[in-house]
Amino acid sequence: MTTTRKTTYREAVREALRDALSRDERVFLMGEDIGRYGGCYAVSLGLLEEFGPERIRDTPLSESAFVGAGIGAALVGMRPVVEIMTVNFSLLALDQIVNNAATMPHMSGGQFSIPLVIRMTTGAGRQLAAQHSHSLEGWYAHIPGLRVVAPATVADARGMLWTALCDPDPVLIFEHASLYNTAATLAEQLAPVDIDHAAVRRAGTDVTVITYGGTLAKSLEAAEEVAAAGVDAEVIDLRALRPLDDATIMDSVRRTHRAVVVDEGWRSGSLAAEISARITEQAFYDLDAPVERVCTVETPIPYAQHLERAALPQQSDIVAAVRRVVAGGG
Amino acid sequence: MSSTETQPEDTPIDHRTDLLRQMLRIRRFEERCAELYSASKIRGFLHLYVGEEAVAVGVTHALSEDDALVSTYRDHGHALARGVPMDAVMAEMYGKATGCSRGRGGSMHLFDVRRRFYGGNAIVAGGLPLSVGLALGDVMSGRRRVSACFFGDGAVAEGEFHECLNLAALWQLPVLFCCENNLYAMGTALNQAQAVTDLALRASSYGLTSWPVDGMDVIAVAEAAQRAVEGVRAGAGPCFLELRTYRFRAHSMYDPDRYRDKEEIERWKQRDPIDGLAADLRAHGELTDDELSGIEEGIKKELDQAVAMAETAPVEPVEDLTRFVYAERPR
Ligand SMILES: Cc1ncc(C[n+]2csc(CCOP(=O)(O)OP(=O)(O)O)c2C)c(N)n1
Ligand SMILES: [Mg+2]
Repeated sequence: MTTTRKTTYREAVREALRDALSRDERVFLMGEDIGRYGGCYAVSLGLLEEFGPERIRDTPLSESAFVGAGIGAALVGMRPVVEIMTVNFSLLALDQIVNNAATMPHMSGGQFSIPLVIRMTTGAGRQLAAQHSHSLEGWYAHIPGLRVVAPATVADARGMLWTALCDPDPVLIFEHASLYNTAATLAEQLAPVDIDHAAVRRAGTDVTVITYGGTLAKSLEAAEEVAAAGVDAEVIDLRALRPLDDATIMDSVRRTHRAVVVDEGWRSGSLAAEISARITEQAFYDLDAPVERVCTVETPIPYAQHLERAALPQQSDIVAAVRRVVAGGG
Repeated sequence: MSSTETQPEDTPIDHRTDLLRQMLRIRRFEERCAELYSASKIRGFLHLYVGEEAVAVGVTHALSEDDALVSTYRDHGHALARGVPMDAVMAEMYGKATGCSRGRGGSMHLFDVRRRFYGGNAIVAGGLPLSVGLALGDVMSGRRRVSACFFGDGAVAEGEFHECLNLAALWQLPVLFCCENNLYAMGTALNQAQAVTDLALRASSYGLTSWPVDGMDVIAVAEAAQRAVEGVRAGAGPCFLELRTYRFRAHSMYDPDRYRDKEEIERWKQRDPIDGLAADLRAHGELTDDELSGIEEGIKKELDQAVAMAETAPVEPVEDLTRFVYAERPR
């Protein structure tokens, strides 16, 4: 019999970090205020006391320097886990991530590998306005050479880190800030977690809702809402944003013949655009209705509560899109 | 710049009481904000400036209306001292249409083009390049204006800081770099972030005139800023002031402030810039209890009115969500 326990997403990430630090002495953490302060989202609270300042390294406000240093340390055999407070600040390290981490293995003709993990929060919903709220993971998913994952569940928050650390390539982990306080029951004995496959979080027959990260919960709630009206929605959690798991998506769409993509990024040039294009490329003749997308309105995220709410994909928007695709076509 | 030519005059006495009033005004405003935050009237992040008021008041005192100011996410004090009306700032905190950023910016993003207040920037060091550009534009257009930029000690670790000091010095641009050294960047103490903690010295290595200033003494700040501004305006190139100060409260309302010891905070509170100036004015017979309560009353009235107006102000219509994403063009 397996024992279980209630864990928050925040605790799950912390346990994953603690576990990795214990299992492999090459693992170390690096980032702003992760040690003494305990992390800006309190994820790494207590780890400094447990593992010491050599392995829990507080950095100055120097995103480009410490992300680049993580790349360098990975090149010589360490297993750095770099934390960037939010994706908005990762823009200061964009050069290191895109021009170094993503290119060196290829550019060197395969002489180097970069087993680096970069964690960062993403997403809006807390009235933090336009420099703290954006969902830029889609940009990173554009870049060959990077692997991009988005744990949406407590189990994935707990399990993806170790798999990412075992991967020879740089892996970016996006944690939606609204998830940290969510909780779930985890088994005491944890099975390994993959970072390649999408997961069907709710099985259904009438329409496929494809989403990830912060919009998974809203999509599941929307699915319950339409279920009351007799529409059986399947909900897919992408989990891996690059590379995308086309097989799981197409398998579902071929069964339901309808798709709605939900993405907190902006619509233009988004992950939602990519997924929608792949569905038309690979499953066009299985579709009974055009693919719908529910994305963030194309504006920097505003502070005022009612404006922020209106900008972001809401359950009601997902429900409306599902109704449209179900009503449309044959 | 040559300091002999630009010896500061003594700050006139009537200004001293006004400087006190301005600091008190910021203090009371933020105390009210903290209450309103607890009441969920103000949301998002809220970074208070309590303890650092002498910096904003002293520096803005030295600027003229034409000069520009670039701020950080800890921007209430900068905005108020610069003359952004209190009701417009409060309405912004409420996310109302009458706010100085029409409710789109909130606490961290106060803007006011009329006061040449180029805004609260929430990316650490993100404002420095703007100030360099403001100054560049002025020089290229033959205007004698100064662009002042506030940023924290934490910003000194970012590449943008170093790039900007170099560029401004290389091109001899009229920028006044105002480093608010409050010894902490969130939970990271300056000596944990910098191998060399003498920030004025660091700045001078780029070829800027720079010196440290007691940021808890508004007169010292005002005098230093005046001297600096005169040099910058005269074309002597950029200047860097390291304003040594301290924040009495946590980094933000989310911060449990576990990284500073209470004694250190208490020690700095003994140097409260408001108490210090008030005591000095009293000792010189320049301020009576009646005058002080008169000042307090005036501020309370202004504050009550700002809150009342923010409470009843309309919000932006949702239909206008995508307004201002691009410049509005005449049809
Ligand atoms: C580029 C960037 N990295 C990290 C942050 C998160 N952050 C916000 S304020 C802050 C501390 C900044 O300290 P300092 O510059 O000294 O200013 P202070 O808050 O002390 O006024 C940090 C780390 C940010 N806003 N921008
Ligand atoms: Mg500071």
